[in-house]
Amino acid sequence: MTATATDVGDAIDQDTKLALYRQLHRLRKFEERAYRLFMDGLVKGTSHLSLGMEAIAAGFGEAQREDDLTYCTYRGHAHTLSRGVPMDGVMAELLGRANGVCGGKGGSMHLTSVEHGVMGSYAIIGAHLPIAAGAAWSAQLRGSGQVTVCFFGDGATNIGAFHEALNLASVWKLPVVFVCENNLWMEYTAIADVTAVEHPAADRAGSYGLERIVIDGNDPDAVYLEATRAIEHAREGGGPSLIEAMTYRHGGHSRADPGTYRPQEEVDEWLARDPLPMYRQRLLDAGVSESDLTAIEDEAQADVDAATEAAKNGPLPELDEAFTDVFADGGSSWRN
Amino acid sequence: MAELITYRDAVARAIAQEMRRDERVVFLGEDIAAAGGVFKTTKGLLDEFGPVRVRDTPISEEAIIGGAMGAAMTGMRPIAEIMFSDFLATCWDLVAVEIAKSRYMTAGQVEVPLVIRTANGGGLRFGAQHSQAVENWAMMIPGLKVVAPSNPADLIGLFAAAVRDDDPVMFFEQKSLYPTKGEVPDGEIVDELGKAKIVREGDDITLVALASMVPRAVDAAERLQEERGISAEVVDLRSLVPMDTQTVLRSVTKTTRLATVEENPRLCGWGAEVVSIVSDEAFWDLDAPLTRITTPHVPLPSADALEDVTLPSVDRVVETVAKVVG
Ligand SMILES: Cc1ncc(C[n+]2csc(CCOP(=O)(O)OP(=O)(O)O)c2C)c(N)n1
Repeated sequence: MTATATDVGDAIDQDTKLALYRQLHRLRKFEERAYRLFMDGLVKGTSHLSLGMEAIAAGFGEAQREDDLTYCTYRGHAHTLSRGVPMDGVMAELLGRANGVCGGKGGSMHLTSVEHGVMGSYAIIGAHLPIAAGAAWSAQLRGSGQVTVCFFGDGATNIGAFHEALNLASVWKLPVVFVCENNLWMEYTAIADVTAVEHPAADRAGSYGLERIVIDGNDPDAVYLEATRAIEHAREGGGPSLIEAMTYRHGGHSRADPGTYRPQEEVDEWLARDPLPMYRQRLLDAGVSESDLTAIEDEAQADVDAATEAAKNGPLPELDEAFTDVFADGGSSWRN
Repeated sequence: MAELITYRDAVARAIAQEMRRDERVVFLGEDIAAAGGVFKTTKGLLDEFGPVRVRDTPISEEAIIGGAMGAAMTGMRPIAEIMFSDFLATCWDLVAVEIAKSRYMTAGQVEVPLVIRTANGGGLRFGAQHSQAVENWAMMIPGLKVVAPSNPADLIGLFAAAVRDDDPVMFFEQKSLYPTKGEVPDGEIVDELGKAKIVREGDDITLVALASMVPRAVDAAERLQEERGISAEVVDLRSLVPMDTQTVLRSVTKTTRLATVEENPRLCGWGAEVVSIVSDEAFWDLDAPLTRITTPHVPLPSADALEDVTLPSVDRVVETVAKVVG
């Protein structure tokens, strides 16, 4: 680990810490609700939750500039929300409603909100790494000063696109931050069982002329500080970073998966490192009052409740929508 | 005024025309800058536009196409070269699953205005891994436009239209056409996607062809006239998506017969779609079974005689059409 909580906590002002705390709870409560709605049959198909992994999306979201760009995966509810995309639109998208951020055509795995810099959630492992590099190239060409942040899982480090993107980003000195959320498991297979190195992202960084960076992805302060550093480095023309954030998912891979293939001691160890109670205690120790924290938690819950209602009451998409947005003219016609 | 130039030189002229017009147009690919392209199609572009806008890449097709996509969705108008169209298979996820679907999945929030240009098809004895005609791979993916010019003037005009289009366009240059020449008017050339051209008028049968099959269909039509007294109309389809089915249907309604001349292997070749449309919409005007002339369903062999016997030849078109017209 590059930094420990006590080293880093002091460098962050109180408002930011409270914002991080608020975001952690919004993400946690949103994901808990998404799970319940899936079990109730209201979220169809699939959903991949970030329960237990919220500190990474929260820390980066807080560090990103408003016009910075985010590329994430099918496990992207948290990364989308942490950019300020309204919760109503995200929840409605999960429920396939017309008031969803993609009008019901994306679903849980494809959340996108271009106006918030969320350039898409991609469901083919590794595919979005070169796309994120391209967005960073565009920022470099346009001189916009935007930085692209690209989140992906540990499993993505073994696919070719990861290596192609890292090399190109490094050679072209692109303003992009690659963030590997190492939760130790792909779907049902441990990353360690199929990878030649211990740290699947960080141990490959040297191949691309990049620094080896491993952080505690369950520590919001550590994430926020590293995110701030890497984003500034990219913005100043220093090129890409590859950050491996260690974390763990509390639940299974997707849908109703209970995740029972994981050893109980490992699960217990990581549950004990849950970012939420840990961060709560840190804020209490720093003098924040219990009632202030409870108020933040209650507000987050109220937001999720309201979003759930807005989604449940949202209109279903018009059936004609299935035939729109294939081409730039708005339709799907391929012949005259 | 007009000038006689090669299909090869038309490529650089087309790219330069668009890069001069629009600062957002950038060009990336393998060996395209300093080397001027492995087919020498991009000579001079680095000198005119510099290394920021004309950029050599590593041998990383996913990075080339993913990079172009990321740039396109954030305000640029990239042109990406895939050296041989066969190599599209290495980045097909980006083409078919990312680029083609982004507008749809995001309900129109994301736009991917880019052109992927590539050297397609056989005839140069390159063997099975550098000779495939893969235009039909692209046309079966909703969200992609697919263009394949048959001559230098069309190449420039259609390329300009592709760069200016707000959708992703797959631009197939048929590599055996690179040395062929054609008249090109002076000044800016801008054509329209989705407009077929009748390149030879006729009364007895409509031959619908694409790219390198167009000159072959025209040669076959000349011979059919001379040797058998059959008058064939030749339609250069020019773009598969959007497809100008009205021009095809009008022609078939007049001639009452149709043969497609396709370089792609038989199964699911573009002509199957043309035949299906004509069968649905012009059936009662027909006097003969609809016919497809294609490369058989085999990989392309390398040896001259073997490659020549697989690609649709002028002889094969003449013989097949003579039978259809009867
Ligand atoms: C190219 C590709 N192969 C396989 C899959 C199926 N798949 C979906 S998620 C997943 C596991 C990914 O694990 P990881 O990258 O660690 O991310 P996590 O789900 O843990 O966030 C797999 C194999 C896919 N979506 N794409």
